[in-house]
Amino acid sequence: MSEAVYQGAPLPVGARRRNSVGWWGMLCLIATEASLFAYLLFSYYYIAVQRGKAFAPNPHPSMKLSGPNTIILLASSVAVWWGEEGVKKGRKGQHLTGLGAGILLGVIFLIVQMFEWKAKGFGPTSGSYGSLFFTVTGFHMAHVIAGVAILSAVWIWSALGYFNQRRHAPVSIASIYWHFVDAVWLAVFFTFYVSPYLMW
Amino acid sequence: MLQPLHNGGAPTGMSPDWPMGFLHTYGPRADPVTGLAWGLSIISIAVVVIVTVLVLTGVLRRAGRGEVAALRPVRGEGGMQWIYIGLALTLVALLGSLVWTVTVLAEVDSPASKPALTIQVTGHQWWWEATYSGDDPSRAFTTANEIHIPVGQPVMVKLTGADVIHSFWIPTLTGKTDAIPGRTNVAWLQADQPGVYRGQCTEYCGQQHAHMAMYVIADPPAAFQAWAAQQRQPAAQPAAPQQVMGEQVFVQQCGACHTVRGTPAGGVVGPDLTHLMSRRTIGAGLLPNTVGALSGWIENPQAMKPGVLMPPTKVAPVQLAALRAYLETLR
Amino acid sequence: MTAWEDSRVPETADLTQDVRDRLKEIWEEKPGLLGWISSVDHKEIGKRYIVTAFALLIVGGIEALIMRLQLAGPERRLLSPEAYDQLFTMHGVTMIFLYASPVLSGFSNYLWPLLLGSRDMAFPRLNALSYWIYLAAAVFLYAGFVVGHGPDDGWFNYVPYASREYNPAFNIDIYALGLILLGISTTVGSANFVVTFLRTRCPGMSINRVPILTWGTLTASVGNILAVPSVSLAFFLLWMDRQFGTHFYDANQGQPLLWQHLFWMFGHPWVYVVVLPAMGMVSDGLPTFCRRPLVGYTPVALATVTTMALGFGVWVHHMFATGLPNLALSFFSGASIAIVIPSAVAVFAWTATIWTGRPRITTPFLFFAGMIVLFVIGGVSGFMTASAPLDWQLTDTYFVVAHLHYVLIGINVFPVVGGLYYWFPKFTGRMLDERLGKWNFWTMFVGFNVAFLPMHLLGVMGMPRRVYTYPQGMGWTATNVVVSLGAVLFAIGVLLLLINVAVSLKRGRIAGDNPWGAPTLEWATTSPPPPYNFAVIPSVASRHPLWEDALGESTARSRIDHGLLLDRGRETIATSPLDAEPNLILEMPADTPAPFLLAVGLTGIFAGAAGHWWWLSGAGGALLVLALLMWFWPRRMHADEPEAEPAHV
Repeated sequence: MSEAVYQGAPLPVGARRRNSVGWWGMLCLIATEASLFAYLLFSYYYIAVQRGKAFAPNPHPSMKLSGPNTIILLASSVAVWWGEEGVKKGRKGQHLTGLGAGILLGVIFLIVQMFEWKAKGFGPTSGSYGSLFFTVTGFHMAHVIAGVAILSAVWIWSALGYFNQRRHAPVSIASIYWHFVDAVWLAVFFTFYVSPYLMW
Repeated sequence: MLQPLHNGGAPTGMSPDWPMGFLHTYGPRADPVTGLAWGLSIISIAVVVIVTVLVLTGVLRRAGRGEVAALRPVRGEGGMQWIYIGLALTLVALLGSLVWTVTVLAEVDSPASKPALTIQVTGHQWWWEATYSGDDPSRAFTTANEIHIPVGQPVMVKLTGADVIHSFWIPTLTGKTDAIPGRTNVAWLQADQPGVYRGQCTEYCGQQHAHMAMYVIADPPAAFQAWAAQQRQPAAQPAAPQQVMGEQVFVQQCGACHTVRGTPAGGVVGPDLTHLMSRRTIGAGLLPNTVGALSGWIENPQAMKPGVLMPPTKVAPVQLAALRAYLETLR
Repeated sequence: MTAWEDSRVPETADLTQDVRDRLKEIWEEKPGLLGWISSVDHKEIGKRYIVTAFALLIVGGIEALIMRLQLAGPERRLLSPEAYDQLFTMHGVTMIFLYASPVLSGFSNYLWPLLLGSRDMAFPRLNALSYWIYLAAAVFLYAGFVVGHGPDDGWFNYVPYASREYNPAFNIDIYALGLILLGISTTVGSANFVVTFLRTRCPGMSINRVPILTWGTLTASVGNILAVPSVSLAFFLLWMDRQFGTHFYDANQGQPLLWQHLFWMFGHPWVYVVVLPAMGMVSDGLPTFCRRPLVGYTPVALATVTTMALGFGVWVHHMFATGLPNLALSFFSGASIAIVIPSAVAVFAWTATIWTGRPRITTPFLFFAGMIVLFVIGGVSGFMTASAPLDWQLTDTYFVVAHLHYVLIGINVFPVVGGLYYWFPKFTGRMLDERLGKWNFWTMFVGFNVAFLPMHLLGVMGMPRRVYTYPQGMGWTATNVVVSLGAVLFAIGVLLLLINVAVSLKRGRIAGDNPWGAPTLEWATTSPPPPYNFAVIPSVASRHPLWEDALGESTARSRIDHGLLLDRGRETIATSPLDAEPNLILEMPADTPAPFLLAVGLTGIFAGAAGHWWWLSGAGGALLVLALLMWFWPRRMHADEPEAEPAHV
């Protein structure tokens, strides 16, 4: 054999944490989904500005359910982060508990959202505000459902022992998606529950 | 089969060859844009010619024959200054064009003097409604597809769409402004010469988008006032028995969609026909307004303008003749 | 399959027949229908993309010819208005969505791993998925048309005409759902290009050494990732309005202009999506025939990225007539005019390359050089429409039709056909016929200009676009006759291309690895390339690995005949995003029908939604979940492997 082309350290084989191509793929997905929500919220603000005060919900939307629900969703992010730390440190108990708690809090968020929908005195067809409210929150709920499904699949694979301290790219990939879903909620929450107090 | 209408008469001094061309314009809303059009065209053509010549000479200068692979590639000298020089020239041309653009925008933004009148123009599938309201609502009147304006005076046009989006365009007087449902857009125009200026819808609006023309007719001020006074009148009462019968047929058959002021016919779906015979065309510029065209149109508009929202008029021949006789009184 | 391992020092080897045989065994596609459906080979997928896109180009071209028959004289009644409206809509949808971007995806899919010295894309299965969804979306979009209910509101589908009130049939629903489906294909394909660009370049191919084509496709892909959600959302909201009575676009409660904003925020970046990779082909192809490197590699790469970045800030120039304040008109005029700057960089770089090189007039060279002229014509007409007050006259006339065809045919079709002449030997191992090729070029070039140059004049004479007929006496008739004749000539040119392909596939001259003496890595492997592309992974030391001896720019040499072996299963090397230093051995997936099944499931969901057959949507959804599980199920248990990192040597 002639001179060696490669003379470095041993290279990891296969997907490994953030080095994996899957991680980069997830970042692309998040970029496109974030754009989707940006366009959704643009639609809201555009119609709000075009139609003026008549568009505004009266009275301003209540935070009675959505406020605590926001905290629930943020807590789920913390739980998932703690769970991911668990797998990084090789603590399977912490790993499964954290992810499990995140899933549970996500499901609670969905249930509370259903009550929030029911509590509204309008529907998706009663005006452009209603159309936007239900479509944007509906899009977000769909993402929460997808996130719960992804976390559940990862939880099952974790329980079956597919991942360990050094090989857990799917756990990191699922976690970052979940954090994204939570971050998007903050933008949605600000738009629907905070901005009316500032705009009108 | 009736012959479709030609250009409907060109304005004085206007090339009748291209009634929709905009390289000769006839008012202060369009003239600065025409200058800009010539200027940017000349820049553009110059750029195309220069690059084409450069590519051609570059190819022919050293082009050789034989296998590509046989020719040893070279590092190549120079070249970067092409980009530097090219960019510098481009930037100068672009900056000049931008300044010119912004200047023209400001110039045509609003008329120099107070508008003589405001016309509310509404685009419908597939015709134009024009309402002259003025200060006194009782003096308002509505017509269709032909907009008369006083020559030499600026006229405001408030545009909206009744159903879908249309676009108002009189190339020789003003560029396009969209007529959008739920919005009012403002355009203005002014004709410096008396004449007939053709326009057409330019936002695709459905099956008969192709046949949605309109005419702006610039009259000397006195003639315009006479025209407006005449349009303000309700329709004359028919005298002859056949015409009276025709009016009854009209009210029954046509009144749900068309208005003739002074009769019970008050529909607002189709054009106001109070002074139908004062117009040059029917079907939004489709046909000359002759008796033959009109009766063919009433009988079966679908044959002439497929998809038009007007249904065929299904009445006995004697009633049809009466209807035609009545319509001829709407002067 | 070798035993599980955590990390290793990848072996290197010389390029020998023995190595080739071993890799062939690992990478070869299984025979039969299942093997065909399951293939994840980027070359196979790339070819499918190109063939499908060309088939649709021909369909769209026939639609155009029928329209040109109708418009060859005033008041012709060959077509009913409704038939004409469906034809011009499907022509636009086909050319813009189903041909222009997919054909470039095809070239990029085929060429990227070869250009980058890799064995496949980063996500081979995603690649297959992208193709299958594209095919499904094409069938979906044509399903309405073939039963007489094609979309009829133009490719940009303005509301309220697209609303249920004015367009009650299911035609617009098909368009809406079909385009969302196609958007999924575009998005996953784009994500694949981005990650491939960042992670699977061969060792040494730092970011300033990649071919310009990859810059073009990368930029287009990033553009897609950010812009496609806009149009998908626009169509989704329209579908909601039509099906469930929401109020996004209606004039009373919503806002019709929301559609235009969402559509053009996507639409304008999309223009660059369908031209930047094609411009990249010219930037890579011209130097081969000019026998020198591209003038201004760095400015051209930067201009590519800049064009897209600016392209996100100019969408309003499609809406100059909607009644905007002067400030907005000035701003968007300025931004649109500014796009000329990066375009000018490319034009002067190409011209300088020709001038300072020694051009060899081959068919691909003719197409690439001809493209420069067409690019400039399409560019200056775009510059004219960027000026808001002038656009008030030009917009929605045949001037714009001329402009967009110079852009789409001039900057997409010409480079693509040139690219086909250039890379056909690589795809098939045989050359396209040069003599027929020159006839092909001149027929297309003359036909194109005869058809589309006079259209500018038609616009200036005031002929609106999207009219199914026009009256006499407008002065448009003679020019329309010329345009129609030019269209026929152009079509004959395309026919010559097809004949050349058909003949040369069987009888073309055998090409050899590098028939043009080209500088880049795709020419370092055999023609056609083996399933694994490179038996040993090349490592490169410059932008022109195959020209290093001739150029003599430095003493460093790329290695083609010796490199990383990576033969324990389907493997390739992953490298760092900027410097391309190896940092991971990638385990590549085996062939699998999962992408096909996923696409079938997804199509079921959309077809069910279109026909309100909710059971079909449910079945499609179930298949989708199954395919996803099949796809993502982890391949190996890692519970029993050692927990600690091994000490590095």
